Amino acid sequence: MSRALYSFNGGIHPENSHKAESCGTPIRIMPLLPRYVVPLRQHIGAPALPLVQVGDQVLKGQMIGSAEGYVSTAVHAPTSGRVSAIEACAIPHPSGLFDEAITIESDGEDRSIEFTPLDWQNLDPSALRNRIREMGLAGLGGAVFPSYIKLNPGAPVKAGAGVGASGAGKPWTGHSRIHTLILNGAECEPWITCDDRLMRERAAGIMQGARIMAHMLGATTVLAAVEDNKPEAIAALRDAAAAVFTDTATEAPIENIEVVSIPTLYPGGGGKQLIYTLTGKEVPSGGLSTDIGVQVFNVGTAYSLYRAIVLGEPLFSRVVTITGHVAQPGNFEVRIGTPIHDLIAAAGGALPGCNGEIIGGPMMGFDLMDLAAPVTKSVNCVILKSPALFAPKPQAMPCIRCGACALACPVNLQPFEMYWFSRAKDFGKVQSYNLFDCIECGCCTYVCPSHIPLVDFYRFSKSEIWEREREKQASDHARQRHEFKTFRQEREKQEKAEKFAKAAEANKAKANTGADDPEAARKKAILDAALARAQQAKADMAKEGIAPKNTDHLPPAVTKEIAEIEARRGQETPDQTTKDIVQDATPAISQNTSPTAPKTDA
Amino acid sequence: MSLSPSNPSPFNPFSLFTRNAVSAVMFKVMAALVPGILVHAWLFGPGIWVSLFVCSFLAILFESLMLLMRGRPLKPFLTDGSALLTAWLLALSLPTLAPWWLYAVGMFFAIVIAKHLYGGLGQNLFNPAMVGYAVLIVSFPALMTQWPGPLSIADIHVTLAEAFDLVLAGQSSVSLDALTSATALDTWKTQIRLGIAPETLWTMPAFGWIGARGQEMVAGAFLLGGLFLLANRLMTWHIPLAFLGAIALTATVLNLIDPSQHAGALFHLFSGAAMLGAFFIATDPVTAASTPRGKLIYAGLAGMLTVLIRAFGGYPDGVAFAILLMNSAAPFLDTYTQPRVFGQSAGKKAQDKKGAS
Repeated sequence: MSRALYSFNGGIHPENSHKAESCGTPIRIMPLLPRYVVPLRQHIGAPALPLVQVGDQVLKGQMIGSAEGYVSTAVHAPTSGRVSAIEACAIPHPSGLFDEAITIESDGEDRSIEFTPLDWQNLDPSALRNRIREMGLAGLGGAVFPSYIKLNPGAPVKAGAGVGASGAGKPWTGHSRIHTLILNGAECEPWITCDDRLMRERAAGIMQGARIMAHMLGATTVLAAVEDNKPEAIAALRDAAAAVFTDTATEAPIENIEVVSIPTLYPGGGGKQLIYTLTGKEVPSGGLSTDIGVQVFNVGTAYSLYRAIVLGEPLFSRVVTITGHVAQPGNFEVRIGTPIHDLIAAAGGALPGCNGEIIGGPMMGFDLMDLAAPVTKSVNCVILKSPALFAPKPQAMPCIRCGACALACPVNLQPFEMYWFSRAKDFGKVQSYNLFDCIECGCCTYVCPSHIPLVDFYRFSKSEIWEREREKQASDHARQRHEFKTFRQEREKQEKAEKFAKAAEANKAKANTGADDPEAARKKAILDAALARAQQAKADMAKEGIAPKNTDHLPPAVTKEIAEIEARRGQETPDQTTKDIVQDATPAISQNTSPTAPKTDA
Repeated sequence: MSLSPSNPSPFNPFSLFTRNAVSAVMFKVMAALVPGILVHAWLFGPGIWVSLFVCSFLAILFESLMLLMRGRPLKPFLTDGSALLTAWLLALSLPTLAPWWLYAVGMFFAIVIAKHLYGGLGQNLFNPAMVGYAVLIVSFPALMTQWPGPLSIADIHVTLAEAFDLVLAGQSSVSLDALTSATALDTWKTQIRLGIAPETLWTMPAFGWIGARGQEMVAGAFLLGGLFLLANRLMTWHIPLAFLGAIALTATVLNLIDPSQHAGALFHLFSGAAMLGAFFIATDPVTAASTPRGKLIYAGLAGMLTVLIRAFGGYPDGVAFAILLMNSAAPFLDTYTQPRVFGQSAGKKAQDKKGAS
């Protein structure tokens, strides 16, 4: 009953997957630490809103940050203790920037809130999703997308909220129906073995979680995909699937479940690649897997869902691989918020000659900037580097367009063309070569004979394009605002004019109809008489040759002053007057300019 | 995985070079040329060693000078092997025992003009070796047709020392004219116009079993080297197959139209620079088309042009001009033959469906 598999183009077989270092020993539980740092932004979307204040006592599993907005999820206290700080702390992020986090001083008692299991089979789906949101569930494969959104069979999910340029989310038409749930246990990145160990040791929990997921999504087929380099995990999952999905007690139809062994090929565990391998269907460019009726979850997420629903425990721990140049490589069940230096210490400490740490895998991970940064929901692996394990990259040579990158690209891109135009900062061209279909898997960088850090160029181009789009939006917004302002002013002017015109008309009408009003008639008569008098006076003066002056009827003192001035004016010639004016003006001008003059000299 | 193997195999012949580095690629391509060179030396005498040596020396000289003038570091660019590869390809395209300045002019145009003035490694539009060849055949057509014949039909054999003398000093106890003869392609072109029947031509000393005498064996060795490169995934099958296929097809069509004027597919494949061109020159990634469909069009048209130039053009061989012409079309071909990106047409289809419903 082996399933027909499809193979995507490209991909790479790393020479040594380095899984053996850490996959041989069982998952160890990290001892309780005196201090945990729980960042509020551990997922894609808006950071959680802190619910506690400095000095508050918290219990293990207590919600200390609530989901804020649609794409968000809650965070929880990893142990009992006192909140000692809510401030910006180091977080595991490639930028090395700090972010808001809640620091908890552990009281050593590790008391927990009461965990209440949920009757998921009879609970309203929406209430169940809300509960999952409060439990803080997010994808543990690395993308940390809030799980409750993905568990909505009809949700208009917009993955990777930042994929603005090409990831325009199509409005949900109401017809999309998820028929297939895929459990991603491929774990294709070298070095990482946390999913492998989890599948070997806790397969039953994973399958229970998968069953809840299938129930919530209404999926009729469940496929658990594991790369064929993990035979123990495949066997454990198969046993667990048989136990969990053949429940004779319930009458409800049990979903069609299959544990599929897929070829070991990086990036076979990438969502789109995995769906293609299993179904032969391509997720549309810029679209979502739900467009083709498929939803993918990491096995770790399924396990945490089982813990959340069946055991009632919110997500406050995860399995993390620690490997590389460390004394005892292996996997630990780590509470969220554990500082990474404590994790390294628990693994026996770094070996001499360690020269850095990678968070995530060597293909898509990033260098850790600060060892005080805590383990978050997205941290699946910490690799300690040494020059022997990770040789410094040789100097980059010019691209010779050999096309090795194009052969390795699982998305069929032409990476060397994207590199060429990224270097030229011709971002329009980069986009026309489908930059936004790049999944940044790093295959091109891995195979490049010229050792060019290709993915870095694509990330640069993407961020530049996003930045430009933001700027354009901002300027568009400003322009619209300005245009509206001028429009509004224009409108107000027009309205005012119209109002005046109307008022004037009304007055006229009033004046015309004034005859009916005796009081108005009387006023009008007085006015008319005054007007007639004034006109008569004007005419008389004209007759006498006197121009009307606004200086008539002035007090005697003023009249005298005017006469004196008139007399003075009569003596001066027009030339002199102009000269005086110029002379008066000159010092004023030189006074104005003088303070600046020495400045220009100096 | 680490970005380089933590335990390099002690028996890996390329462990000197970083895995898949440009230098490793170049030296593997040069290794694939070695069988052809050995067969050449065995059949045509030691002249090839002299031209290889002179061209390699000049390549390093010109490359170093240009790198110095352009302010680029010498070590990484000299050790990348690209200049040496260009030198070998040009040396294999030129007649042996020619005067040294012929090689110098060719290498100057290849390295200085075609490569560095276009921006150096990876930036050149035209294949440097072919630019060097084209300049020489246009400028010195007489010298370029004086190919020393195979040892089996030559009257005099030169030693390595004599060959050096001939090339560097232009003088030797033997005269160049006594050594050289017209190539099969040349003979075909001139004799057919004189009305000689192809059957008669095939009895001439310049002709071998299926192609040019001696050259056909060298071509066979290049074919083997090319297959080695294909097996090592240093190139895809598209360009060699399309190039050779188009040569065979065009030659067959012409041969069917007028057998008294045009030779068949095998003659065209196993004479001149067809095999060298198919696996080592047309496949130069910098100057070739790079998309799968683009490669097929590029190499197919280059193969067709090669035969058309040989049949109707003014020069005996057409490989260099055909490849140079198609080099200029490669960026255009790339632009219009972009492969379908994962999920892309599926997205269009889905949108169309949504639009329709």
